[in-house]
Amino acid sequence: MNDIVASAEKVSKNFRTAPDFAEKLAIRLGAASPPPTVRALDGVSVQVRRGEVLGVVGESGCGKSTLGRIMAGMLPASDGTVRRNGEDIATLRGAAAKRARLATQIIFQDPMSSLNPRKRVGEIIGEAPRVHGLTPRTEVPALVAELLKTVGLDPAMADRFPHQFSGGQRQRIGIARALAVKPDFLICDESIAALDVSIQAQVINLFMDLRRDFGLTLMFISHDLGVVRHIADRVVIMYLGRVVEVAEADTVFEAPRHPYTVALLDEIPRIDRRARRFSAIKGEIPSPLNPPPGCHFHPRCPHAFDRCRVERPALTTLAPGLDVACHLNDGRGLSPEQQEPKGD
Amino acid sequence: MIALAPQGLLARSIRGVVASPKAALALAICLLLVLAAIFAPILAPQNPYDLMQIDLFDGKLPPLSRGYNGQLYLLGTDTQGRDMLSAMLYGLRTSLAVGVTAGVLALAVGTSLGLLAAYAGGRVDATIMRFVDLMLGFPTILVALMILVVFGQGTGKVILALVFVQWAYFARAVRATAMVEAAKDYVEAARCLGLSSPRILFGHLLPNCLPPLIVIGTIQVANAIAAEATLSFLGIGLPITEPSLGLLIANGYQVLLAGTYWMSVYPGLLLLVLVFAINIVGDRLRIVLNPRLSQ
Amino acid sequence: MSLLHIDNLHTVFDTAAGTIRAVDGVSLTLEPGQIVGLVGESGSGKSITGFSVLGLLDPPGRVAEGRILFKGRDLASLSPREFRALRGDRIAMIFQDPMMTLNPVLSIGTQMVETVQAHRKVSKAEARARARDALGRVGIPRPEERLAAYPHEFSGGMRQRVAIAMALLHEPDLIIADEPTTALDVTIQAQILSVVQGLVADMGMALIWISHDLGVVAGLADRIAVMYAGRIVEEGATDDVLDRPRHPYTAGLVASTPLANDRGQPLRQIRGTAPSPLNRPAGCAFAPRCDHATEVCGQEPGETAQGDRRWRCFHPLGGQA
Repeated sequence: MNDIVASAEKVSKNFRTAPDFAEKLAIRLGAASPPPTVRALDGVSVQVRRGEVLGVVGESGCGKSTLGRIMAGMLPASDGTVRRNGEDIATLRGAAAKRARLATQIIFQDPMSSLNPRKRVGEIIGEAPRVHGLTPRTEVPALVAELLKTVGLDPAMADRFPHQFSGGQRQRIGIARALAVKPDFLICDESIAALDVSIQAQVINLFMDLRRDFGLTLMFISHDLGVVRHIADRVVIMYLGRVVEVAEADTVFEAPRHPYTVALLDEIPRIDRRARRFSAIKGEIPSPLNPPPGCHFHPRCPHAFDRCRVERPALTTLAPGLDVACHLNDGRGLSPEQQEPKGD
Repeated sequence: MIALAPQGLLARSIRGVVASPKAALALAICLLLVLAAIFAPILAPQNPYDLMQIDLFDGKLPPLSRGYNGQLYLLGTDTQGRDMLSAMLYGLRTSLAVGVTAGVLALAVGTSLGLLAAYAGGRVDATIMRFVDLMLGFPTILVALMILVVFGQGTGKVILALVFVQWAYFARAVRATAMVEAAKDYVEAARCLGLSSPRILFGHLLPNCLPPLIVIGTIQVANAIAAEATLSFLGIGLPITEPSLGLLIANGYQVLLAGTYWMSVYPGLLLLVLVFAINIVGDRLRIVLNPRLSQ
Repeated sequence: MSLLHIDNLHTVFDTAAGTIRAVDGVSLTLEPGQIVGLVGESGSGKSITGFSVLGLLDPPGRVAEGRILFKGRDLASLSPREFRALRGDRIAMIFQDPMMTLNPVLSIGTQMVETVQAHRKVSKAEARARARDALGRVGIPRPEERLAAYPHEFSGGMRQRVAIAMALLHEPDLIIADEPTTALDVTIQAQILSVVQGLVADMGMALIWISHDLGVVAGLADRIAVMYAGRIVEEGATDDVLDRPRHPYTAGLVASTPLANDRGQPLRQIRGTAPSPLNRPAGCAFAPRCDHATEVCGQEPGETAQGDRRWRCFHPLGGQA
C-alpha cells in the first residue's frame, strides 16, 4: 500500500480565455494583443499522506480550489504531474482511469447548487453506484438508506427533493453522494463556508467521524484558519498560485515562519480577542493576471528586502515536515523574535 | 426565502395558469378548440371532404339559412355549398395538427442542437450558433416561402419548412439555459462521479432547461399555426384537398367584396381566437416558470 | 435621550405560503457612539431588523407592530420625503454587496457629488471636495484621481471602502452595517474593520454591525445582541455575553467555535436546524435544539433583565461559558 494517496509535482495551471474567430482575426492583424494568461498555479508540489487531513489555506486567487480540481483529475494540469497512489493520472486509461476517477470525490461549497434540483435524494445518491455497476439495482435503495444514516439523515427522506432540505442537510446529502462510490480520498472545497455557524460544527464533526470510520484521507480546502487548525494534521498555506508554507498544524499555529502566515493568523477573527485594535497588513491581493515579481507577497510584507523583489524564494525544507518559501534568515523565514507578539 | 418546488413542472404550470382568470379562460378556449379539432368528424354536421354530402345548390348561403334539404347552415356555406362550420372544424384540425407537429419537431431539433452547442463549446458551438443567428436574421415567412418554392407543396413539406424556420428559437434558448446550468456544481459533481456525457446532458442538464422550452414551445405552436395560415393563404401551403384555416380564409377572401363576408371572416376569427389564446397561455407560463419570479 | 430606540418591532412578510414573522418582537436601544453587534444565523431576522429601521423594506414586507424612535422621533410618523432626507444623512447603511449602493454606469465622483447635493445646498466644487475627503478617510490612495473611476475599476475591498465613504459623507449619527465584510478575504476584512473602527472612534458615530461571525463582533462591538428566529434571545456587554452567556443558544454558538475546542476532538455542537420562519415552534423557538428544554419552554419565554443584560429563557445558564 502506497503511503502517499495523492501528490502534485510542480503542477502549474494556466487559464486563458479562448479567442473567438473575430478576436483571432484581430490578433493576427495586430489590432489586439493575445488574451492574458492567468497563472492560477505556479509550480505547486503537495503530498497527501494516507489517512491524514491536509488543510489547504489561502485567500481568493491563491489557487487552492484549482489545486483541488487538478488533484481530483477534474482539470488537466498545464504542467507537472499529478499522481494517485504513485501512478501518473494522465497516463491512466480505461478501467484504471475510472477507478482513479471514482476514488477521489469532491465535496462542494454551495449546497444549493451542488444537488440537481429535479432529482430525488435517492436518485442523487444511488445513480452513480447503479450506473457503474458497483451496486446491483435491487440493492440500491438499501445502499441509499445506509448512506443517509451514515451522514445523519433519516433514510425515509430518500423520496424527497433537495429543496425540501436545509443547507446543512443538503451538504450531508452531497457527502452521501460522494461516499456512494466508495472513495478513499475526499477533497472538501470550502465545504462548510456556506453553512450557518451552528451547522458548521455539525458538518465538521461529520467529516471527522467519516475519516475515522472509513479510513478516508481528506484534503480540506478553506479560507478559515480556525476550522483548519481544528481538523487538519498538516497545513499548506498558499498565496497567489504558490505554496508559501507547509507544516504540521501545531507548528503553523504556534510558530509560523512565513510573514503571510503570520498575517493570516493575526487577522483571523477570534471570539477571545475583544475590543481589539484592528490593524491590517497593507495592500490588496494582487491580480493573478499580473502578479508581482520575485516573492508574490513582497509588496505587502513588512519584512521585504531587495532580494524578495527579484528572486522567487524556493520552498525549502527546514525540518522534517516543515517547508517554507521565504528569503528571510537565509530561507528560513521568520525567527520567533521577529514575530510580533500576538493578541492585544 | 421560500423557494417553490422546482419539480412537478406540469402541475406547477397548470396551477400557475389557472391562478390567473385571463389565462385560465385562454387555456379553456385552447382546450375546447383542441377537443373540437379532435372530435371534428363527430361534431361537424357534414364531412366537407365528402362530395356526396355537398350540394352545389346550397352555395353562398348566409349564416343561419336552411339548405335545399332543410338542413341548417349555422355559419353559412361557401361557394361550393360546403357547410362553413364543418369546414372550419376540419380546417382547425388541420391547422392544429400541422402547428403542433411542427412545434414539437422544432423543439426536438432545436433542443438537441442547443444542448450540443452548450456542452461541446468551441467550434461546434460557434458553428451552430452562427447558423442560429443566420436563421433568426431572416424573416420567417420569406425563408418558408423559399423552401416551399424549391421543394414544392405538401403537408410534409409545410411542416419541414416550419421546423426549419423555428428550431433556432429553441436552440438559442436551450443553449443559454444550459450554459447557466452547466456551470453549477451539480453538473461538476456528476462528472466527478464518472457519469457519461449523454447521461449528464439528457439526464441532468435537459430536465433543468425545460421551463423556458415550455414557454417557447407554446408560443411557437401559435406562430407555426399563423405561419402555416399565411402560407396557405398565399396559396403555397397545404394542398387544396386538406383546407386549413388559412386556405379557408383565402377562398373566402376572393368573394369577400361581393358581400359574402362569412366565408372569410369566420375562419379568420377562429384563427385569431386560437392564436391569441395560445399566446396568452404562453405569456402566463413565462411568468409562472420564470426562475427569478418563482422565489 | 437614546439615539435609537426600537420597541417591540414586528416585521412580517405576507406570502402565498403564509405570513412570515421575520422580526418577532425585537427591542433594542442604542446610545450615541455605541457599537452594537447584532449576531444571528441566516433567517434569524437580523438583516430585516436593519432594513426596518431604514424604511427599506420591499413589499410584501411591512412593519406590523412596534415603534422605532430615532432621537426621540417616531420614524413611522415621517413622510416618505422626510424619511429620505434622514436616510443617507443622519442614518446610513453599508451592505454586504457594495453594488447595492453604487451605480455601475456612473463614476464614483458623480455619485458622491449627487449624494452630497441631495442633502446639502453646496456648490459642485465643494461637494467634490467633500467626496475627495471621504475617500481619503477610508484609505483610498490618490482620492482626487479615483473620483473619476467607475465602480468596476475597484477591487472588492476597495469598492466596499467606496461604499463606506459614501455612507460617511454627512457624518451620520448612526450606521447600520449588514455583513459588509462577509464576502471579503481575511486580510481585506481586517483592513475594512480597521477603517470602520477608526472612523467610528473619530466621528463618534453609533454603529449596528450585523453579522453571523462572532469573532468579528467580539473584536469590534461594545455590546452584543444575539438573534434567533426573529427575536433577540440575549443582549449585553460583549465580554458578559461571550464569557458568561445566559441563553443556551449563545452558549452553544460560543462552545462550537473551533478555537473553544480541543484540536482533533469533536466540536461541541448545537443539534438540529433552525426552524423555518413559516413553521416556528410555539413558545421558545430554540427549545427543540436545547439540552435544557422542559415542558415550560412550550410557552413564550418573557424577557428577564438584570443590570444592563437581558435574555429570554426559562432556564438561563449560571453564567459560566
